[in-house]
Amino acid sequence: MTSTATRPRGARARAAIAAKTLRTDRWWFAPLITVVGLTAWVAYATVRVYLHNWYWVEDFHYLTPFYSPCITDRCVEGAAHFGRILPDWWIIPEAAFTLPFLLLFRLTCYYYRKAYYRSFWLSPPACAVPDGHQTYSGETRFPLLGQNLHRYFFYAAVIISLINSWDAVLAFHSPKGFGFGLGNLILIGNVVMLWAYTISCHSCRHIIGGRLKHFSKHPLRYRAWTFVSWLNVRHMQLAWITLGTLALTDFYVMAVAADWIPDLRFIN
Amino acid sequence: MGSKRQFRIWRGDETGGDLKDYTVEVNEGEVVLDIIHRLQATEAPDLACRWNCKAGKCGSCSMEINGKPRLGCMTRMSTFEESETVTVTPLRTFPVIRDLVTDVSFNYEKARETPAFAPPADVAPGDYRMQQVDVERSQEFRKCIECFLCQNVCHVIRDHEENKPAFSGPRFFIRAAELDMHPLDTRTDRKEYAQAEMGLGYCNITKCCTEVCPEHIKITDNGIIPMKERAVDRRYDPLVRLGSKIFRRGETPQNSVTSARAAGPATPSTSAGFHSHAGGSHDSRAEAQAQSGVNWHREVPHPTAPAVDERGKLPLTELTFDRAAAPSPFGDDVSFPLPPEHLNFAHPEQDKH
Ligand code: SF4
Ligand code: SF4
Ligand code: FES
Ligand code: FES
Repeated sequence: MTSTATRPRGARARAAIAAKTLRTDRWWFAPLITVVGLTAWVAYATVRVYLHNWYWVEDFHYLTPFYSPCITDRCVEGAAHFGRILPDWWIIPEAAFTLPFLLLFRLTCYYYRKAYYRSFWLSPPACAVPDGHQTYSGETRFPLLGQNLHRYFFYAAVIISLINSWDAVLAFHSPKGFGFGLGNLILIGNVVMLWAYTISCHSCRHIIGGRLKHFSKHPLRYRAWTFVSWLNVRHMQLAWITLGTLALTDFYVMAVAADWIPDLRFIN
Repeated sequence: MGSKRQFRIWRGDETGGDLKDYTVEVNEGEVVLDIIHRLQATEAPDLACRWNCKAGKCGSCSMEINGKPRLGCMTRMSTFEESETVTVTPLRTFPVIRDLVTDVSFNYEKARETPAFAPPADVAPGDYRMQQVDVERSQEFRKCIECFLCQNVCHVIRDHEENKPAFSGPRFFIRAAELDMHPLDTRTDRKEYAQAEMGLGYCNITKCCTEVCPEHIKITDNGIIPMKERAVDRRYDPLVRLGSKIFRRGETPQNSVTSARAAGPATPSTSAGFHSHAGGSHDSRAEAQAQSGVNWHREVPHPTAPAVDERGKLPLTELTFDRAAAPSPFGDDVSFPLPPEHLNFAHPEQDKH
């Protein structure tokens, strides 16, 4: 009873739906605010980094995170905790050792990747809205294959967070001895948020415990993983909060350093 | 009380189709699938739609409602404005059969390519023991109802048909993650496999799969990203690679899946020499017991090969097969009842007579 009927054609066609997307909600809103938010932040940060000024408050030892650690010849005496290694050519930012790594850390971050792939690259702009490109190879080739290096930038970010924490601690010691003002609160708040963002990283979650097969054999790492997982759920929020705290901290230090506002002192 | 609402439903088949307007009664508490059923009962008896459970558990009623991939039985009419026109279309990523029914064989093919659970050889089924904390992560992925909404929304294949051969899709990435995280799975190269054969690198973690999953599985955060990180361990992390060289961890395992497929797609079963229990258990104890009553040395004609398609595989559904009813795994040339000399079961006493 062998049948000789012809088989159906191999490739059937998709449904011929004319509209590119039938979504009726405001799907374009999220990519739009992402573009606006990220562009504004990058513009502010670029201007600030190349101002080469108003980064250090001598009276209270506040140093903005955008200039930490300060390592060019331009750096004022008190701010250069790590020596003055680089020449004062204008193109070199004061924090030339840390800024590139911070940039790469955020650029390869799983959350920011989602954000800019969707908003800047339109791949895809929103779910069930067509990709803005003819061909697509994802992260399988150079240069996007390099996203896999994220964990190394994570290690770098841990070191940088340590430096930022040190800056925040040093700020309690002004020339007049121990001091405490609004600037200290802002610096501390920024550092706490930076740590939360850094620790909530997906690579961190993997390294700390995610890579294990048997949690039962590593109870401490399991607890750590549970904590990081709890933070990790909030990674997107932390990514935006830290952009905010970084800009705010920098702006506050700039405003105090430029004598636009006085620092609100609680002690000394 | 019921009210009249506007619907636009895609009607057609692979040769073309269009959105058709309907005005239907909608009552309190109804879901989109109810309205489709009302249409079938009234204006459009030939409207094709797949469904089974009406409880969000079978994954049959996947469709796109106002452009969003949803389950028809889980989308309440109360989420739309009274005046809103509700547009219902079939899944875009898969070929359409008729109206709201699509051919989702792509997913079954990818499922078949995904290496199965590989328990330790020396533990018999029934003797599996594991700790809850160890198996918890895998359990999240077991909630999957195979609605394939995630596969449908994924832009890698939705917008780029040409990626289909190279890309297995989110549903199978979480399958790979589920097994890789499983405390009793012994395969060690699932990460390499996911990257080399399943197309993990195509995913750009834009999270649409997570957005549409009706089971709220954190596909990207808990499945895909951990798998990407595990692949990094193996492929891009010199420290980890050095470590595994020194401590001889993760050597090329015996039960490696990568090489099996590198040999090319499975060829039609030319291995006429042995009888395989495809998919069946090869537990030695079970077989030993079964052997009392079976004389394996009888000269038994080999079963004929089943009817396979051009890739040497059993067709997945009747729809893609040229015969009525499902193909017989014994081959279609076999007539029933089987002649007694073709059976390999023999009563132990039989030869005495
Ligand atoms: S996160 Fe990856 S797998 Fe999921 S829809 Fe996006 S590209 Fe596809
Ligand atoms: S993972 Fe979620 S969306 Fe994908 S098939 Fe399973 S239940 Fe459906
Ligand atoms: S910092 Fe966002 S994932 Fe690592
Ligand atoms: S009918 Fe079963 S999930 Fe909708």
